[in-house]
Amino acid sequence: MTLLTVSNLSLSIHGLRILDGVTFSVAPGEIVAVTGESGSGKSMTALAAMQLLPKGATTTGHLMLGDDDLTQMSEAALCGMRGNDIGMVFQEPMTALNPVQTIGRQVAETIRVHEPSVSRAEAEARAADTLTRVGLPQDRFPLSRYPHELSGGQRQRVVIAIAIALRPRLLIADEPTTALDVTTQAQILTLLTRLAREDGMGLLMITHDLAVVADMADRIIVMRKGQIVEQGETQALLHNMQHPYTKMLFDASRHEVNLPAAPAPVPLLEVKGVCRDYHLPRKTLFGAPGTFRAVDNLSFTLNRGERLGLVGESGCGKSTLTRAILGLEQVQKGSITVDGQPVFTGTKPNLAVRRKMQVVFQDPFGSFNPRHRVDRLVTEPFHLLDTPPQGAERSRAIDEALTAVGLRPADARKYIHEFSGGQRQRIAIARALIIRPELILFDEAVSALDVSVRAQILDLLADLCSHYDLTYLFISHDLSVVRTVTDRVLVMQSGRIVEAGETGQVFDAPQHAYTKSLIAAAPVLPDLSQSVG
Amino acid sequence: MLRYALKRFLSLLISLAVASLVIFVVIEVAPGDPASFMLGLNAQPETLAALRSELGLDQSRPERYIEWVGGMLQGDFGTSYTYRTPVTEMIGDRLWVSVPLALYALFLSVVVAFPAGIYAASRRGRAGDIGVMGATQLGVAVPNFWFAMILVLIFSINLRWFSAGGFVGWDKGLFAGLHALTLPAIALALPQAAILARVMRSALLDVLGEDFMRTARAKGLTARQALWRHGLRNALIPVLTIIGLQFSFLLAGSIIIEQVFYLPGLGRLVFQSISARDLIVVESVVMLLVFSVILVNFLVDLAYAAVDPRLRART
Repeated sequence: MTLLTVSNLSLSIHGLRILDGVTFSVAPGEIVAVTGESGSGKSMTALAAMQLLPKGATTTGHLMLGDDDLTQMSEAALCGMRGNDIGMVFQEPMTALNPVQTIGRQVAETIRVHEPSVSRAEAEARAADTLTRVGLPQDRFPLSRYPHELSGGQRQRVVIAIAIALRPRLLIADEPTTALDVTTQAQILTLLTRLAREDGMGLLMITHDLAVVADMADRIIVMRKGQIVEQGETQALLHNMQHPYTKMLFDASRHEVNLPAAPAPVPLLEVKGVCRDYHLPRKTLFGAPGTFRAVDNLSFTLNRGERLGLVGESGCGKSTLTRAILGLEQVQKGSITVDGQPVFTGTKPNLAVRRKMQVVFQDPFGSFNPRHRVDRLVTEPFHLLDTPPQGAERSRAIDEALTAVGLRPADARKYIHEFSGGQRQRIAIARALIIRPELILFDEAVSALDVSVRAQILDLLADLCSHYDLTYLFISHDLSVVRTVTDRVLVMQSGRIVEAGETGQVFDAPQHAYTKSLIAAAPVLPDLSQSVG
Repeated sequence: MLRYALKRFLSLLISLAVASLVIFVVIEVAPGDPASFMLGLNAQPETLAALRSELGLDQSRPERYIEWVGGMLQGDFGTSYTYRTPVTEMIGDRLWVSVPLALYALFLSVVVAFPAGIYAASRRGRAGDIGVMGATQLGVAVPNFWFAMILVLIFSINLRWFSAGGFVGWDKGLFAGLHALTLPAIALALPQAAILARVMRSALLDVLGEDFMRTARAKGLTARQALWRHGLRNALIPVLTIIGLQFSFLLAGSIIIEQVFYLPGLGRLVFQSISARDLIVVESVVMLLVFSVILVNFLVDLAYAAVDPRLRART
C-alpha cells in the first residue's frame, strides 16, 4: 500500500526541462528524503506533488495520491486536497506567515476553508490544540500572537501547525530547517518525525543536507539535474553507494582539508574587554532608552598565521563583533587593535589599519555590483591604499589574484552574472586577497554554497594558507566546516565567549554546557567504516 | 497602540510649529509691501504709515509671528488687507466647497482604482491587465482641465445633465450640492484614480510573490481567496500612502479645475490673494493647507498601525 506514487514524472518550464522521468513512492508513516544540490529539481518535485507549479510549467507522467491522479484533477478538486490530504512546510519561516494576521487565525483558516460548517470558536479551539501539539502551548503562545512576536523556530512550528491541522495523509517539508540554528533544527526535526510516526503520515522531506536526513529518513532519494540517480533504504544506501554522484555528495559533505601548521604565536588582532551596546526603544515617552549589550566584555587574541573559528547561533553577537573588528561601528568599552594600532580612532575607522583587513561575506549573489566588470570588482580594496597600482601593475595584480583563486585572467573582463555561486565566492576571495591583507574575516563565507562547491572553496582556503600565510577569523554556524578549517575556535553565546580552545579539543571534549548542546544538536553523517547495518 | 498614536501626535505638533515658522519667514522675505500695493504708486507717506500701523505691519517680526499664531489658535486668522473682512470667514466659506470636492474626488478615485488595480493584478500579463494598464496610462497622461472641458461639452452642453459651472450652495440640499460638484470631482479623480490603480496593482503583485501567499495556497485556498484574505491587507500600506498624498493634493491643487468650473474654492482664493498681495490670506490658507497635509499624514500613520501589527509593536 503506497500513499504517494510518482511515476515517470517529467516537467518543463517554458520548454526548459526541470524534471526527467522521476519515479518514487511514499508509504503511509514513511519518511522519505529527497536530497541533491541546487538545480537538482528536488523543490520542484515537492511543488509538483502539491500541483503548485509556476506559470508555464507542463508535466507528463503521473502523481497518484492513493487512487487519485493529481495531474488529472481540476483546480477546485486540488484546492480541496491541499491542506486537507497534503500539507506543506516551507524553508523560510520568517516570511511564510502572513504578517498582519494572528497565528490563531492562520491555523484556524486551514480548518475553516475545508470544513465550512465548523464554527469560528470550534476552529480556534482546534487550532489551539494543534499549536499545543507542535510545542506552542496556549499559556505562552496564545492564538492572538502575531508572527513578528515569535522566533524563527516558533514560526516554523506555526507553519507546521497550519500544515498538519487537518491531519493530512502526506506532509511535504521543503528544506524546513535550513534557515534555523542547529539546536532549533534538531527540535524541528524531532517534531516532524514524531508527527509522522504518531499520525501514520507520510513525510516527504526535501533537503540539501545529507547529515540531516541520515538519522531520520527511512529512505533516501538522491537527485541530480532533474533525475533520480539513486534511491534506497537509508542504511543500505549509505553503506553501499552505487552512483558516483552519491559518493561525491557524501564525501563533500564531510570534506576535510589539511592546514599547514600555524607559526609561533605573535599577536595580530587583539580584542580586549569589548562591549557593544545598542539602544532599545524608549519604554515611556520621556524615559531614558534602555540598552541591549550585543557584545559583552569580550576578549581574545588572534595570532599571526593562525586560523581562528567563531561559532554561535543567530543573535549571539557574531555579526556585531565582525563589524566592530572592521571598524564599521564604534564600541562602548574596550579596545580592538591590529598590530597594536586601534581599528577605530575618534569617530572614524583607522584607515591605516583598515587596509590590513578584508572580509568575505555569505551571499555570493548580493555582494557584488552587477554593473561592474570583475576587474573593477576585485580592485575595489585599492581605494584603501595611498598609491594604488596603475596600468600594467594593476593588471598583474588582478591576474595574480584571479589565478590564485582558480580563475583565469581572461575572466577579468566578464560581468558577475556570468559566474556560478562558487565562482562568485572565489571572486570575493580574490577581492579580499588583492591587497595582501594581514587578516581576512570570513563571515559565513561558505554557508550559501552547495556541498560540492563548498568542498572546493575549503580546498582553496587550505591551498591559500600554504601559499599566502593567511590569518583569518572564520565565522560560521556550521560546526563541521569550522572544525576542518581552523586551528582554534571560540564559542559565543549571548555576547560572551563561553569556551575557547584548540578546535579538535573543543569539539571532542567540550567543557561548557552550551558547547555540548551545540555539538549534540549538529547533524552528523554516520561513520561508514563501522559494520554494515 | 496608544503610545504609537501619542508619538505620531507629538510629531504632528512639532511639524506644525516648524511649518508655521517657515511660512511666516518665507512670506516676510517675499518682496512687496501690502500697504503700498493697496494704496497704489502715488500714495502719501503719511497715509501709507497710517495704513501700515492699522494693518499691524509696523510691529517687529517676532511680535507679528506670535500674534499670528496666537490668533490662529483661537480661530482668528486676522483681517484680509483687500476685502477688509475676517480671513476666518473667507476661508470658512471656501472650505465648504473645497473639502467636499476633495473628499468626493477621492471617493471616486478609490472606488474606481481598487477594483481596477485588483482586477489587473489578478490577471497579470493577460488581456484584462493590459487593457486596464493602457487605460491608466491614458488617465495619467490626459491633462485634467482638458478632460474637464470635454466633460462640460458632453454632459452640460449636449446632454444638459449638469450645469457647466458655479456652485449652488449647500442650503439647496445635499443632492443639489453634490450634483454641482460631480463633474469637477470626476475631472479631479481621473488622474488620481489612474495613479492609484497602478499603485494598487504593483503593490498586490509584490505581495502575490511573497512566501505567505504560497502558504495560503498550500492550505487549500483558491488563488482568489488567497488574494482577498491575505494579499489585499498587505498591499494596503503603499496604497494608503498614496491616498494620503492625493487628498492633500486634491485640497490644494484644484486651482485649475476650480477655474474651469467657476467654483469658489480654496485654490481660487489663494490665486486671487497672491495677485492682490493679500499676504495675510495667503499665509492663512497656506497654513491651513499645511495643517491639513500634516493631519492627513497623521491619520495615514494611524491607518498603517491599524493595518500592520508590526508597527504597533515597534512604536
